[in-house]
Amino acid sequence: MSQETSPHGQPTLTHGQPHLTGAEIIMRCLAEEKVEFVFGYPGGAVLNIYDEIFKQDKFKHVLVRHEQAAVHAADAYSRSSQKIGVCLVTSGPGVTNAVTGIATAFMDSIPMVVISGQVPTHAIGQDAFQECDTVGITRPCVKHNFLVKDVKDLALTLKKAFYIASTGRPGPVLVDIPKDVTANKCAFEYPKEITMRSYSPAGKGHSGQIKKAVQLLLEAKRPMIYAGGGVVLNDASAQLTKLVRMLGAPCTNTLMGLGGFPASDPQFLGMLGMHGTYEANMAMQDCDVLLAVGARFDDRVIGNPGHFFRDGRKIIHIDIDPSSISKRVKVDVPIVGYVRDVLNEMISLIEASDKTPDAAALKSWWATVNEWQSKKCMVFKPTIGDGRIKPQAVVQALWNVTGGDAIITSDVGQHQMWAAQYYPFDKPRRWINSGGLGTMGVGIPYAMGAQLANPGATVACVTGEGSVQMCIQELSTCKQYNIPMKIINLNNRSLGMVRQWQEFFYGNRYAESYMNALPDFVKLAEAYGHVGMKIEKAGDVDGALREAFALKDRLVFMDFITDETENVFPMIPGGKGLSEMILAEDL
Amino acid sequence: MRHILSILIENEAGALARVVGLFAARAFNIDSLSVSTTEDTTMSRMTIVTHGSDDVIEQITKQLNKLIEVVKVVDLTDGYHIERELMLVKVRAAGKDRDEMKRLSDIFRGRILDVTDKSYTIELTGNSDKLDAFIAAIEPGTILETVRTGASGIGRGERILKI
Repeated sequence: MSQETSPHGQPTLTHGQPHLTGAEIIMRCLAEEKVEFVFGYPGGAVLNIYDEIFKQDKFKHVLVRHEQAAVHAADAYSRSSQKIGVCLVTSGPGVTNAVTGIATAFMDSIPMVVISGQVPTHAIGQDAFQECDTVGITRPCVKHNFLVKDVKDLALTLKKAFYIASTGRPGPVLVDIPKDVTANKCAFEYPKEITMRSYSPAGKGHSGQIKKAVQLLLEAKRPMIYAGGGVVLNDASAQLTKLVRMLGAPCTNTLMGLGGFPASDPQFLGMLGMHGTYEANMAMQDCDVLLAVGARFDDRVIGNPGHFFRDGRKIIHIDIDPSSISKRVKVDVPIVGYVRDVLNEMISLIEASDKTPDAAALKSWWATVNEWQSKKCMVFKPTIGDGRIKPQAVVQALWNVTGGDAIITSDVGQHQMWAAQYYPFDKPRRWINSGGLGTMGVGIPYAMGAQLANPGATVACVTGEGSVQMCIQELSTCKQYNIPMKIINLNNRSLGMVRQWQEFFYGNRYAESYMNALPDFVKLAEAYGHVGMKIEKAGDVDGALREAFALKDRLVFMDFITDETENVFPMIPGGKGLSEMILAEDL
Repeated sequence: MRHILSILIENEAGALARVVGLFAARAFNIDSLSVSTTEDTTMSRMTIVTHGSDDVIEQITKQLNKLIEVVKVVDLTDGYHIERELMLVKVRAAGKDRDEMKRLSDIFRGRILDVTDKSYTIELTGNSDKLDAFIAAIEPGTILETVRTGASGIGRGERILKI
């Protein structure tokens, strides 16, 4: 332990306030922010902080087995609860291990505060043990970061971190705290309010633009609504649902927006994009007025922007981040603001208007949409003969067994797409996955964070035998904190999505996409103190799921041996446009 | 098209790195960058010369505004503005070239700051085109060394960038 003393390190009283150490100040700040959980891993540079954690009972510390999982768990805690996720890691390798988690949260705009230890201020730049340039390494993948060089700045910096993380377009904020700063003392005062001259998150949407948008939507012959993760993040599902029903238009959600509009609603066309439904993608192309809400027209959603372009189609785009607007697609009516406020204003305008949507035009638009729907693009070939398990059928059975009301986390790959396609979500914050960065390994730590945020909820992690091994060590954390998640391992003995691309675009040359020497997942689960199940026949799927979910207080690892030839359809090949889908029936 | 962006930014450690990192990460161009504190030492003023289509410049401006430490961004090329750059150039000045170099420097309103028997060190200010023109006007072989600050810009008349 370091012996640095500070000029203001005397334990004296000023204005009656006791002087606290930096570590004590961190505890007080986290208490002020009503933090319930800190996900972390101790190390040299954060020992003072951990000593204070030992003495307090305001929040619970969750000890992970790898820092990456601490960040993912804090991330999912936030995704599933709307609160700010908090994690704590040590300097050097603690931080570098956390970077994947931070970048994952950054890409999906998740509010999070990451506290990292740093070597003492006098050692910074000396290539000290476990030193790395944390603010430098994380700068491109955080909303903002700070290095606190003086304990007097600590409380204000933490306040700023929570404020920046949760306002405007949310995102992770990292606070790097050298070890001597956690030992030094000063008077503690936590600011109630904060203003920053250089940071003022967007306020109300422009009312003139909102009026224009409403007018366009009411005059539309073929309106379409495309809603993304911004709706979930800003808790605007109720407003979106109301507006879509008022307009009578079809609605699609992005991968990040699933649950933002109820999937069981007849106006829902399913997910759009690379593996979206035929009807959603076709409606995106052929509508005459497109309302984009909290979505960003990314490459996995619209494919090639050149192909996406349609002459005469008007695009209205509501987003909190001005830089998301007109980045990939030119829009006609940009509206910068919190989507919930803007949607509320649109609803009031429509209610006050004497105009109503064009019923006759909508009728013929829906006739076209229904024709697209009649393609039944999501139907997959049922199990035949030898009873090999279809992965899609497992997800459907999971929906049945959980009553469609579970929190589902996923990893990344084919299983992720099948979970998104075959587990329709009626509520937001039930679907937790890494959409932007596409981080394999998030599944188990996401389920940990989601379960801790929602102790009573049913939480299932849909994963594959590739992804699940990237954070498998967290089964140990799950044991320690009795996290009763159910792991649905769709085991096709290969990196399915890679294999699918190799099959379609690389002449069946399956380079390194075969998972050889897999562990016995049943024994592995048992070794960690959990229940393991192996399911090999289609007829056993339903019963096994019921049995597993009946074990309410146990983690059950369900290893489903699935048909390895299954691919994800529909599919838009890279660089193609939305109407250039490959459907299962085409092959 | 060439644009001159003027940026007011908090004078904090790492703020410059954020701006430069943004340009690198998003494949935007920096033709020149100059930065120093303002009369208010908590704030820095940065001038970035960049080029790109209108869409790219719009993205650059939006992305700069997104940086937490950036207070204000103005595209000076949107209106009347003044732009100046300082160049120090050391040239070979011996024999018959010596007088010619002095004359050329005078024509460009340069000042000779240092002299040896064989060289002049000339200070030249102006917009970047003028400095380019001076370089073009002298024989390439006579230049020993050049150093340029990159452009600094300010709006004309009442146009002010301040918080």
